[in-house]
Amino acid sequence: MANGVSSRPRVAICAVAQTKFEAAKPNVRIQGMLWEVIDAVRRQTGLDFGKGGIESAVTVSDDVFDARTISDGAVTDVVGAHYGSEEKVAADGAQGVYYATSVIVSGHHDVVLLAGHCKESQAASRNMVTHLAFDPFYTRPIGLDYLAAAALQAQAYLARSGVTENQLAGLVVRARQWARQNPVAQENATMGRDQVLASAMLADPIREAFMYPVSDGAIAMILASEERAHAITDRPVWVTGLGNCHDSFFLGERDLAGNFALERAAARAYAMAGIDDPREAFDVVEIADAYAHQLPQYAEGLGLCAPGQGGKWLAEGGPDRQCVNRSGGMLAGNPLMLGGMARVAEAVVQLRGEAGHRQVSDAKRALAHGATGPAGQLQTVVVLETRE
Amino acid sequence: MRCKHRNVAIIGSGMSKFSSHREEVNQPEMIHEAVVEALDDAHLTIDDIDCVLHGNMELFEMVHQPDMWHVLGSGAWGKSGVRLTTGGTTGATLACAADNLIAAGLHDVVLAIGFEKLQEGHTTGGITNMADPLWGRSLQTGALTGTTAQQLIDRFGGDRARYAAMKLRTIMDENAMRNRKAHRRLRLDRKYIKEAAENSPPLVGELRMIHMCSQSDGACAVIFASEDKVAELGANAAWIVDHETVHREETLILDSGKSTHRVAAERLFARNGITDPVHDIDVFEMYDPSAWWGLDWLGEFMLCEGDEHLKMVENDVIGMDGEIPLNPSGGVQGSNPIGATALVRVAEAAMQVRGTAGEHQVPKPVRRALASGFGGTLWTVLMLLSKEKPALEAKV
Repeated sequence: MANGVSSRPRVAICAVAQTKFEAAKPNVRIQGMLWEVIDAVRRQTGLDFGKGGIESAVTVSDDVFDARTISDGAVTDVVGAHYGSEEKVAADGAQGVYYATSVIVSGHHDVVLLAGHCKESQAASRNMVTHLAFDPFYTRPIGLDYLAAAALQAQAYLARSGVTENQLAGLVVRARQWARQNPVAQENATMGRDQVLASAMLADPIREAFMYPVSDGAIAMILASEERAHAITDRPVWVTGLGNCHDSFFLGERDLAGNFALERAAARAYAMAGIDDPREAFDVVEIADAYAHQLPQYAEGLGLCAPGQGGKWLAEGGPDRQCVNRSGGMLAGNPLMLGGMARVAEAVVQLRGEAGHRQVSDAKRALAHGATGPAGQLQTVVVLETRE
Repeated sequence: MRCKHRNVAIIGSGMSKFSSHREEVNQPEMIHEAVVEALDDAHLTIDDIDCVLHGNMELFEMVHQPDMWHVLGSGAWGKSGVRLTTGGTTGATLACAADNLIAAGLHDVVLAIGFEKLQEGHTTGGITNMADPLWGRSLQTGALTGTTAQQLIDRFGGDRARYAAMKLRTIMDENAMRNRKAHRRLRLDRKYIKEAAENSPPLVGELRMIHMCSQSDGACAVIFASEDKVAELGANAAWIVDHETVHREETLILDSGKSTHRVAAERLFARNGITDPVHDIDVFEMYDPSAWWGLDWLGEFMLCEGDEHLKMVENDVIGMDGEIPLNPSGGVQGSNPIGATALVRVAEAAMQVRGTAGEHQVPKPVRRALASGFGGTLWTVLMLLSKEKPALEAKV
């Protein structure tokens, strides 16, 4: 992180809205999904588009999942960018939070709409889409896709950490129990450990219940500069730490059981937020657990437990003690491109005290995490706080 | 100018050779060419880069999240980064994003990379796929449209409009002949302006192949740095004064409003005290996908009335020795690797300000340069650069 600006202006998330996440939303187009959440944040804030209101938009979507070149072209009107500004982040939605914050801190705009959508149900096969992320010379011919990459990561991680399949099944059971308290979550039918372990093996050791479900949905947020935030809401949530980092591309060049990129992303975000000990720093933690094994692995990378100690952390009740993924996390379902954005949204809901039966009492500081690419090649960390 | 918390400058740029078939390199190798040239130009190594921005259009090459693979050539391993894609404007959006991220204090040195390898996909198919599947796709002809040509002919008469468009095309080619990176260098001759068009196959209406941009393979890399870093390095800098993004609803324009180009120019010029753009700006790198669009859009960006923009072409005001040289690089009619194209405009404008454009450096001092990006459904991004470091204005 650069230190060129000593008194960096602050940015607050002033409103969030999420659609109900569903396996398919065949009766609504992407524009309709987006309008539901954009209209909701407009109502929450009383803001309209244009001068004195929402000045520009940052969107999150993916051309391949939308099967549409320049996917943001489809949403220019819905995000209020007719004769206005819209810029698209083509990665996990936590990257959208990263960029939208910079648009405000730079001084260019005071109020930014961040809006993301994904209809993974439209893809005939999600593995076919993520297969296209691999280079056509070495890795595509052997059939890699994000599921296969995650399975290789899981094999490496389980071997090093000692995390058991039984522990992973426990995480799925837990995720679905918490999801019952989350009105936007998709998978809220409870599952027993035996049912989880009987679910189909997709790519050893990843079973169907260990993998995030296909989801359709949209999320919108209003971000604002400090001077505007107080006028917009009496419960602003401040973005106090941001960090991201790339790992290498070839899986063989990486330590798949480790957290090279996440450790660096977290270190950048914690340095910005002034956090020394992440184990004690957060009241709420939301981890992008697209696959069950990633929850303990990324908890290590985020410094919630020591490297290699994910199994012990699970055995000692770390996720409950540190209030990790009370939303149900990605195993309970949210659109792939919005994994990190949904984590930020849940953190904001918690910090605003609006989380109902899953509310963490007196939550003041939250950690939200997002990941993009094969086996989490690009990692994003966001720290959010209520303190003035 | 806009309120901004600290100044940002371009301190280096690099481009691969642009061509129809860069078959000897894969995508990350082609990007690597541009990155190495940009680092050399800025006298930096990859270790000096904090953040790597990346953009193109996935459906042209059918590579999903290509920034992941491209880490091999972009140097993003261990670094921050963001992938931004806004269609043809992508490269200009990356430049705006670099300005935002550095001005925000999140990063000190940012490397922005735009690329496309159009030979690996179907360009017109990809562009057609941009339109709404229910309302617009069956009417789409990709980027090939004869509408603007017909409007100019209707407005200014066939002989005059056809000559002006083809003269602009010829000037672009004269410029491309001075740019070794350019894809198409046709050696067009001013003596045969009329014949060059008549002998070129028609594509749509009055749009002929000679008028249209190429489809190219290529990559562009630009290095941006904070004010403190520029001072520390003693870098040759082109400062970012301001930028403006104007998008438009996708398919059906039910009002007869102004073009996004004119709106963007009016907003940018008003904020920055530009009252006479032809005089106040020393060089203009325009995203000009065809000679007809180039002719029409010259009028929009320069806020022309009547036939002023035709006169600018007829009287060589936009030539290399003119008052406002247009696209000394040869422009988009010379080279068009789409995801890189708008970043090439910014890079070329910065080269003119920094005096590093070599054989296509304009023969006059360049104090201010303008770069435009075009994309989507006639979207605009404009960026204004200057030789002189801008004064930061207090927030109003």
